[in-house]
Amino acid sequence: MSKESKSPYLPATTQKHKGLSRTLSIVVLAAFAVFLYMANSGKILGSYELRIIRLCGVYAIAALSMNLVNGFTGQFSLGQAGFMAIGAYVTSLFIIPTAQKTAMYYVEPIAPWVESLQAPFIVALIIGGLVAALAAFLIGFPVLRLRGDYLAIATLGFSEIIRIFITNMIPITNGSLGLKNIPDTANVWWTTIAVAIVVIFMLRLMKTSYGRSFKAIRDDDVAAEAMGISLFRHKMLSFVIGGFLAGISGGLLASVVGAITPIYFRFTLAYEILLIVVLGGQGSITGSVVGACILTVAREWLRFMDNGFSIGPLTVPPIAGMRMLVFSILLMIIILFYRRGLFGSNEFSWAGLLRVIKSIPQGIKRLFTRKAKAEGGGS
Amino acid sequence: MIKVENLCVNYGGIEAVKDISFEVPEGEIVTLIGANGAGKSTTLRTITGLVKARSGSIKYMGEEILGKDTVSIVSKGITLVPEGRRIFPDLTVLENLKVGAYLRKDSLEEDIEWVYSLFPRLQERHWQLGGTLSGGEQQMLAVGRALMSRPKIMMMDEPSLGLAPLVVKDIFDIIKEINKRGVTILLIEQNANMALHTADQGYVMETGRITLSGTGKELLENSAVKEAYLGK
Repeated sequence: MSKESKSPYLPATTQKHKGLSRTLSIVVLAAFAVFLYMANSGKILGSYELRIIRLCGVYAIAALSMNLVNGFTGQFSLGQAGFMAIGAYVTSLFIIPTAQKTAMYYVEPIAPWVESLQAPFIVALIIGGLVAALAAFLIGFPVLRLRGDYLAIATLGFSEIIRIFITNMIPITNGSLGLKNIPDTANVWWTTIAVAIVVIFMLRLMKTSYGRSFKAIRDDDVAAEAMGISLFRHKMLSFVIGGFLAGISGGLLASVVGAITPIYFRFTLAYEILLIVVLGGQGSITGSVVGACILTVAREWLRFMDNGFSIGPLTVPPIAGMRMLVFSILLMIIILFYRRGLFGSNEFSWAGLLRVIKSIPQGIKRLFTRKAKAEGGGS
Repeated sequence: MIKVENLCVNYGGIEAVKDISFEVPEGEIVTLIGANGAGKSTTLRTITGLVKARSGSIKYMGEEILGKDTVSIVSKGITLVPEGRRIFPDLTVLENLKVGAYLRKDSLEEDIEWVYSLFPRLQERHWQLGGTLSGGEQQMLAVGRALMSRPKIMMMDEPSLGLAPLVVKDIFDIIKEINKRGVTILLIEQNANMALHTADQGYVMETGRITLSGTGKELLENSAVKEAYLGK
């Protein structure tokens, strides 16, 4: 690595600012940690804001899981909701206290072996991830032979099958009534540190020969195979790691929201995650994290629209679901005009941010000159 | 080194390769020339296991490789520079080279240096995405990527496709250079002139059959070849 960074052929700017941007990153991350510490002790933010921050983390991990399969390996999979459901249910069953479990299952009595499950949160989370990974492994055998749209349809179907299984395994999952009283263990630290671990893991993974093989399969699978890369093995590996991460994010989600039902894990959840991935940029790790934060915060912030609002003389009466309408329009604009997402397939860098900020005045200028030209041409 | 005998390949009902036999001796440059649709690419793809054959035999150093999967064929030291280059556009040049060495577990430094010495342009651009290179540079990258697997035999599918004549000359010079280093080369070309000047042995393919064979020089002087491929 050190040999590469000293290479005389790199663009000068990347080398000059390496030390500076590292310091900047450390400072910002430290400031964020202090902020989280203060926030968690209830000094600045209420529990509502804290919950949004925790959801950002949950969705970030889910998006990273989908990005690994879709953005890095190029396999269009929409099965994430199913794997999240598995993670959420398995984790919940391990952490809900036994007495509360017994009281909850009143349609059919709880299976005795489920009743006795108990584990610390971290263990429950990892078991949830592993069970989801196992499901991904089993589903992977039939579906990973497909490509493109067919793969998307098949994974979406399997995700619905998982959900229907959960709805009907009443002695284990309490059916459509769902699980309640899930301990609120996953505070901001849990979710943030989990995101940090997953981000570091993904950044490292992409530098290994596995990561390069994933990207090679995405770029050109025939050429990748001609290099001796086993397509099925790598697609499977990516799918299983994706399943594990989705399971972890599901487990965290269960603890953050406190109550889950099968309805929560419908295919719309997979679309939401897909939107995060597309917004952040397919094949961008930091993009997925930023995308998850933007989407989660925007969805909450746009809530004011449901209460009615006025733009100048136009008054919009309170309509339930108005925010989702506006939200969809905003997303359509993004897909139409920024198809590569915020980051494309690049990662966040301070130099990149600086370039964007520097280009804003020029962009505005160009916007006006173009208008002037268009008007001049018309007259 | 590679001995193809009575090879037949079908795509559905279409016979793409009809009972061909040829040989690639170790250390030589052998070329298959022919027009579009003659079955040249199909032959190469069958050798690498990307296409299944109907019948026949392909022996590599005496061992039957027909019917084996691509990964095990590539790991024996046979590598393909595919038609249209097919580099990985969203990987950097260096990453492209490293993917080429996927099956190797030892240190890559020396081979990366060698590829850079053959193609200094690639070193200058090692941090760029493969897709941002020019056509000629992409062809260099495709050749470099293939060399990274330390092949015993390198099969090239139309390396001159879509390149400027000057660049084509460079590429063929480098093919000779690579051959001098002990890599056997099987070259497929429509650019018959360039290919026959470079090759030790040549075969002419027409509609799935091999119709002529001989040394590069012989074929260059053959009147049928002159008429069909070189212009009188």
